[in-house]
Amino acid sequence: MTDGYRDHPVRSYVLTGGRAHPSRNTLRPETLLCAVDDGRELPVGAGRHERALLETCRGTLALAELAAYLRLPTSLVAVLASDLLDAGYLAVRSPATHDLPGVDLLEEVLDGLRRF
Amino acid sequence: MVSAGSEAPPVDPASLHLASTVERSVKVLVVGAYGVGKTTLIGAVSEIPVLSTEETITAASLGVDPRLGEKTTTTVAMDFGRVTVGGTTALYLFGTPGQKRFWDLWAGLADGAVGALVVVDTRRLEDSFEVLDQLEEHTALPVTIVVNEFPDAPRHTTDAVRAALDLPADTPVVAGDLRERRQAVEALQALVAHAVRLARAGDAA
Repeated sequence: MTDGYRDHPVRSYVLTGGRAHPSRNTLRPETLLCAVDDGRELPVGAGRHERALLETCRGTLALAELAAYLRLPTSLVAVLASDLLDAGYLAVRSPATHDLPGVDLLEEVLDGLRRF
Repeated sequence: MVSAGSEAPPVDPASLHLASTVERSVKVLVVGAYGVGKTTLIGAVSEIPVLSTEETITAASLGVDPRLGEKTTTTVAMDFGRVTVGGTTALYLFGTPGQKRFWDLWAGLADGAVGALVVVDTRRLEDSFEVLDQLEEHTALPVTIVVNEFPDAPRHTTDAVRAALDLPADTPVVAGDLRERRQAVEALQALVAHAVRLARAGDAA
């Protein structure tokens, strides 16, 4: 599949109620997400993709991983995840930032890689 | 590999959740020409099976590739993997096609990345020029070149590769058999070490 082309069978806006963009712009493919375990059930009207997303995200996963497991484009899952974040069913685990990784974080990553 | 539309059995995500100690994530781009070994490198490092998502390419790409014809959107597969480092950080490796027509796809991906590993094949170095041009033109990402030493490819010194690609003197060039985890990890170390040097130099300035 690498570098391959494929037509998408369902236009994304059908699944997102016509919206092309998420309600927040802080979600990146590597943003870590986790379902909020407070016993609340999704409303009856919630779509099957929202349900599948929360089910898949009972532990921490990045947005891109969710997209891969749900077999949906990352851009579409960002829209679904934003709604679930707004409604409090989903939480962001990693700090939301648009900054480049700082020296301290880079050095920690390098130390971690050297211990492999 | 878990790939949208493939016949592979579904993977249970519950077994692949990150450890509860992980509290942040960083990413590295793995770019290069088609078939150069991006997914091989990702698979050698990743602690999970290589995953794939499909992303939409829109009108900006039209007119560049005749295969796109009159379509208004096309999708392109993006392979990626993950490795937990130091117990608290998830490092994601996103493999993206490097050609100009895919720029829309990886412009967003480059945002906030540690850097880019550019995988090259010495038998067709010219395929890498466009990738390097794109990185230089559109990003300020630290770049490290990884020569994928295919078993049947002639060996060249890293200096020869540096000269052929007309690289800046401080751009690291490493070589290895990217099927081997240790060598793939060393390439990743070289990139992150380069990013540390650049970040320190930036802080000092």
